[in-house]
Amino acid sequence: MRDSIPGSGDAGETKVGGDDAKGDLSKRCDRDAKPSTARPERPVRVFIDLTNQSIDLQPMRDFLFDPDTGAHAWFEGVTRRTTGNRETLELTYEAFEPMALSKLKEIAEIAATRFGLSAIAIVHRLGRVPIAQASIVIGCCSAHRTGALAALPWLMDEIKSEVPIWKREHFADGQTRWVHPQ
Amino acid sequence: MPRFEILMFAAARDLVGSDELCVEATEPITAGELLRRIGETAPGLLPMLPACRLAVDQSFVPDDFCLRLGVELALIPPVSGG
Repeated sequence: MRDSIPGSGDAGETKVGGDDAKGDLSKRCDRDAKPSTARPERPVRVFIDLTNQSIDLQPMRDFLFDPDTGAHAWFEGVTRRTTGNRETLELTYEAFEPMALSKLKEIAEIAATRFGLSAIAIVHRLGRVPIAQASIVIGCCSAHRTGALAALPWLMDEIKSEVPIWKREHFADGQTRWVHPQ
Repeated sequence: MPRFEILMFAAARDLVGSDELCVEATEPITAGELLRRIGETAPGLLPMLPACRLAVDQSFVPDDFCLRLGVELALIPPVSGG
């Protein structure tokens, strides 16, 4: 995590999130050697973070850099202004942060194996997320496009059902509501 | 009687009015039984409890999971990240 979000998930030598080394992903990356089904001889690289800031894509792109992959796929979830006929002013997100970090890491590692990814980066924003700004960015890469493209919807489905992060909608009419899908 | 402290988040925290709820319960107790005790202690949570999960030391557990004092407990309402 960066800046104002205190604490971070940290399992042994694996560094997931963390408020140090902003912009230096090499110090915050999980480099556990998890073999992918596509190329079991190469380690899977996973980067997970929670941040109160706008999500910076460039460090994520740098992290995914791999000259041996031919497909880099990205998903950005952004705050939408309209829901039905209601106007949203902004969303705010909160998380059970240590569990969210460990669940994101767990899901990323499963995806890497399942879809033959060589690297995956997931950053979720917390706090206020204004209209048209990203609340989540996922990037992943694989040797061929099928793996990376298929991983994104699976990842989003898993994140939306298993990671303890919650959004609150703030409407233009002054009302607010927690989003708790049933 | 042993007291279990449960972390509260999002709408559950707002309903309870605190980020932690203390529940008295006898041991041994399962996760499902503790969820019922949570509802008895904070009736305002009853409508959303069936959709909530219990996390023990940051992992979801089934209703028949046997709890012990000293673990970290969190009530996880339906999540909505992304």
